[in-house]
Amino acid sequence: MLKTIQCLIIYLVLCLCVSTAFSQGLSAPSNVTAVDTPNDDGSSITITWDEAPADSGISGYQILRQGVGSFVEEIGELLPAGATSYVDSTVEKGSDYTYIVRAVSETEATADSEKTAPAKGTGEWFHTGKTALLLVMLLFSGAIVWNIYDARSGKEIFVRRIPGLEAVDEAIGRATEMGRSILYVLGLGSIGRVATIASMTILGQVARRTADYETPLRVPCIDPIVLNVVREVVKTSYVDEGHPDAYNEENIFYLTGSQFAYAAGVDGMMVREKPAAIFLQGSFAAESLILAETGNSIGAIQIAGTDSEHQLPFFIAACDYTLIGEELYAATAYLSKDPMFLGSLKGQDWGKVLILVMIVLGVALESFGVSWITTLLQQVN
Amino acid sequence: MKQQIPLVLCFLFGIVMILTEFSPHTASQATYKEIANWGRVISPFVFILAVITLIQTHWTRIRRRTEYWQYSLVVFFGMIVMVVAGLPYGPQHPMFEWLFNNVQVPMDATMFSLLAFFIASAAYRAFRARTFEATLLLVTAVIVMVGNVPVGDLLWPDAASNARQWILDNPNLSARRGIILGVSLGAISQSIRIILGIERSYLGGGD
Repeated sequence: MLKTIQCLIIYLVLCLCVSTAFSQGLSAPSNVTAVDTPNDDGSSITITWDEAPADSGISGYQILRQGVGSFVEEIGELLPAGATSYVDSTVEKGSDYTYIVRAVSETEATADSEKTAPAKGTGEWFHTGKTALLLVMLLFSGAIVWNIYDARSGKEIFVRRIPGLEAVDEAIGRATEMGRSILYVLGLGSIGRVATIASMTILGQVARRTADYETPLRVPCIDPIVLNVVREVVKTSYVDEGHPDAYNEENIFYLTGSQFAYAAGVDGMMVREKPAAIFLQGSFAAESLILAETGNSIGAIQIAGTDSEHQLPFFIAACDYTLIGEELYAATAYLSKDPMFLGSLKGQDWGKVLILVMIVLGVALESFGVSWITTLLQQVN
Repeated sequence: MKQQIPLVLCFLFGIVMILTEFSPHTASQATYKEIANWGRVISPFVFILAVITLIQTHWTRIRRRTEYWQYSLVVFFGMIVMVVAGLPYGPQHPMFEWLFNNVQVPMDATMFSLLAFFIASAAYRAFRARTFEATLLLVTAVIVMVGNVPVGDLLWPDAASNARQWILDNPNLSARRGIILGVSLGAISQSIRIILGIERSYLGGGD
């Protein structure tokens, strides 16, 4: 009996020695903290710890979590040795959790950290990481609003000549003289696209002139909502110009919802009807050149405008005039000469000046190793 | 009143959607999702509207025997066949899928393929060296084209592809970024005009 007890004691001492030997050099992760992840909706907690020395023998970390009234459980996969943080995205909002970071060696020896203080996820109302973006947005919006209301005082605002918009009257006049129709294509954009709305504003101005000259205006649409808005826009223009009887609803119609079927349909109209003037204004994709080249082949005067920068080279190559990017948005102000619209253009220019100054200043400061503008711009991004 | 209510709604929803961009809170994100869902709810009604408009347009052409009215018959034929094939069994039915894959997809591909020929004809016009700018464009285009094909590096090892990459990464990218900046500022300016009710063209009239 005594011998059995002696053997048992020796065995326990040996186990203790082996265990100590295995965990020697494997220190538990230090400075473990668990805090609510900033700038989220409260659905995660971030656990951080100090980086272990290179010779610590740690091959990975396992995160253990304990909720109120529940057992300690392993969460997530085994993290690599260099990890110093973990975001637990499986927490219940508002519930307290404590965490243990377990260091694991290649021999599967483990060393647990102290349990962290309880942490719970709470949603923030403001994303502090977007402060710079908010400031820039407010600054730019303020500049536009200020210039819009300043323009109402009747100040003269200079707008540079935009050949594409100067040519609108020429194109409509040509179609009228030739007794042919005008084709207005709004592209693929839905009513949610700003470019589509800008295009509809130009269409309103074009419709005013076609109403005066009684030139047929044909508008094939790809989106039924756009179709209905366009009908209202054109109808209002005709009524405003005192020619409601000249408005023909059948000239504004739904063609198809498919991109290339739309291109085929519009191409077919161009070839069959041979419009004298074609307006390609709005959002375009791969069909841009298919439309513009067909228009070019029938000899129509073509005025294009898009915010899709990838399609601009195609329009420039195939059309007579192209509104490049922002010129599409400037068209409303240019054609209507409304002081409020012109004011918003001036506000845009203030924004451009601000960006240019920041680029030049950023490059200069960066050359001297000062990077606060770069950091600020990265935050805005 | 017909214009005032949409203007007020546009202002309110515009401001709310901007605010949700800056707030990660659950309530804020739920509001964003809810409003986005309202937008999606409109989609089925839009399809109905599209079908009605399409039928009206083409039926009128057939009835009046306008020029090329026969094409409207093809529209009706295609529409009826697809509805008959798809409505009873859904879009996963083999017959509907066969029609889609063997009629619509090849026709779309055919239209897309035309782009290759149109690029050639547009490039021919654009690259005629009549002015200094056109000559510059021609030279640049030749470098980029040569750098893009294997024979370019065969003739001038590394130089062709390096020159092409330099053009794409420097002058090309700078110009693109300039356009993107202008477009972004223009879009923000237009959005502010819409939210403030200055831009009213989307209401169907007036500036």
